Amino acid sequence: MWPSVALASAVAIGPAAAGDADVDAARNTARLANLVRQDCGSCHGLTLKGGLGKPLTPDHLSAWSRDQLVSIVLDGVPGTPMPPWRPLLSEADARWIVEHLQQGDLP
Amino acid sequence: MRFVARWCLALLLLMPVLSRADALRGTGNLGLVVERATGSVLIVDATERKSIGRVEGLGDLSHASAVFSPDQRYAYVFGRDGGLTKVDMLTSTITRRIVQAGNSIGGAISDDGALIAVSNYEPGGVKIFDARTLDPVANIPATGEGGKSSKTVGLVDLPGRRFAWALYDAGEIWIADLTHVETPAITRLTDVGKLPYDGNVTPDGRHYLAGLFGEDGVVHVDTWRAPLKAERILSGYGRGQEALPVYKMPHLEGWGAAGDKLLLPAVGHHELIAVDLRSFAEVGRTATHGQPVFAVARPDGRHVWVNFAHPFNDTIEIVDTETLKVIHRLTPGPAVLHMEFTPRGNEVWVSVRDADRIDVYDAASFAKKTEIPAQKPSGIFFTARATRIGQ
Repeated sequence: MWPSVALASAVAIGPAAAGDADVDAARNTARLANLVRQDCGSCHGLTLKGGLGKPLTPDHLSAWSRDQLVSIVLDGVPGTPMPPWRPLLSEADARWIVEHLQQGDLP
Repeated sequence: MRFVARWCLALLLLMPVLSRADALRGTGNLGLVVERATGSVLIVDATERKSIGRVEGLGDLSHASAVFSPDQRYAYVFGRDGGLTKVDMLTSTITRRIVQAGNSIGGAISDDGALIAVSNYEPGGVKIFDARTLDPVANIPATGEGGKSSKTVGLVDLPGRRFAWALYDAGEIWIADLTHVETPAITRLTDVGKLPYDGNVTPDGRHYLAGLFGEDGVVHVDTWRAPLKAERILSGYGRGQEALPVYKMPHLEGWGAAGDKLLLPAVGHHELIAVDLRSFAEVGRTATHGQPVFAVARPDGRHVWVNFAHPFNDTIEIVDTETLKVIHRLTPGPAVLHMEFTPRGNEVWVSVRDADRIDVYDAASFAKKTEIPAQKPSGIFFTARATRIGQ
C-alpha cells in the first residue's frame, strides 16, 4: 500500500516540479534583465549606451573576451566606480548577463 | 422674445469667459515626476495628490532631472541621451525639445531665468541655451589642465548669473560668470582631488562642495572669497576602513542642509557625515541601514530622510538632525529612488520604482497618506524649486 502511494505522489510531483523550475528560471531571467537595465543602467544608461560608465553595447564589448567580462562583473575594476558584483551575483548569473550583452539580446 | 434672445446671446458670449475663469490656475503646487523607462513625465498636483497629465516623447530618462522657469510654468527636463525638453506644466505639452549632446547628466537655470546650462558626458563640457527658445548661446568644452577631455558633473547655478561644475576625469572645479554670455569668464580650480562625482551649493548660494569618488574626501569652495580656492575637507573620512562596493553613486542633490549642519553621504560606507556649516569640520556621524544615495532635509531642517543603494534600496531612514540618530525606518517597497518634500515640508513624496508607485507620506507622523500610480518613477520635482538657489 505505501509504495504505491509513494509512486503516485512521485508521479504527481514530477511535472509540477519541472513546472516550478521553469517558473524559477523565468523569474531569474526577469530578475537579471531588470537588474542590468535598472541597476547597471544607473551608470551605463538605461539603454546601455553609456553614462558615467562605458557603453555595454555589443560593438563596444567586442574588445573583451567573455571570461574577461565575467571577471569584470564579478570583481569590478579597481580605481574606477565599477564595483565587484560577486556579493550579489553568482558566476552563472554574471555569465548569463555577459552573454546577453555581447549578443545584444537582453530579454 | 427679443429680450430672451438677447439674454441667450449674452450668456453665449459670457461662456468662454466663464470656462476660462474656471480653467485658470496657479502652478505653485504642481510637480513633475520622471518615468524613467518610458521616456515620459507625469504632471502632478501636490494639493490634490494626483496626476493631472502625462507628457511623452522625452527620450532616454534613465538619469533625468528638471529645473523650473521663474514663473514656475515651464520645466526644463535633462535626459540621459542629451535631450533638453521644455515642458509646459499648465498644458502638459512639450514646448520645445532639442538633443544637444550624445550623453548628459543634468542641468541648471541661471538666477535671472534667462540661461539653461547642461552638463554633458559625451562630448564632455557644459552648453548654454536661451531659456525661452532653447537656441544655443555658448559652448564650454571641459578640457582639463593636462589637455584631457572630461565628463562634467555637479552643475549648479550660483548668484550673479554664474554656474559651477566639476570635471570628473580631470579633477577640477570650474566657476563660470555668464554676465556676458558671449564671453564666459571662467575660473578654473585645478588639482582639487580624484574623481569628483557630484557637487552642490548650500541653500544660501555661498559654499560649493564636490564629493570625491577616487579618495575619501570632499572639496569645498567658499564663493565669497577672492581669489576663489578649493580646500579639502573631511580628508580620509573612511579612516582606513575598507570601502564597500558602491552599487549606486550617492547624490548631493537635495542634501541635508539642516540648521548649522550639512549631512553628507559617505561613499562606500553605511554612514552619513555631519559637517559644521561654519568651520566645515566633521561634527558627527550617523550609522545607516545601507550606503546613502540621497539625504534630503525637511525644509525646516529638523529631519533628514535617507534612501540607500542596491541591495538596501527598499528602505528609508529618518534622521533627527539634533541628535544625529535614526528615529524611524520605513520600507516603502522595491527600489526607492527619490524623495521630495512639499515646499513647506508637511509631506514627502517617494518614488518606488519597481512597484510603479509614488507614495505620499505625512512628514510629521510618517503615516502613508496615499499612493499614486506611475510607470517606473524616479525623480520627483516640485515647481517651488524655481525659487531656490542651486535647484
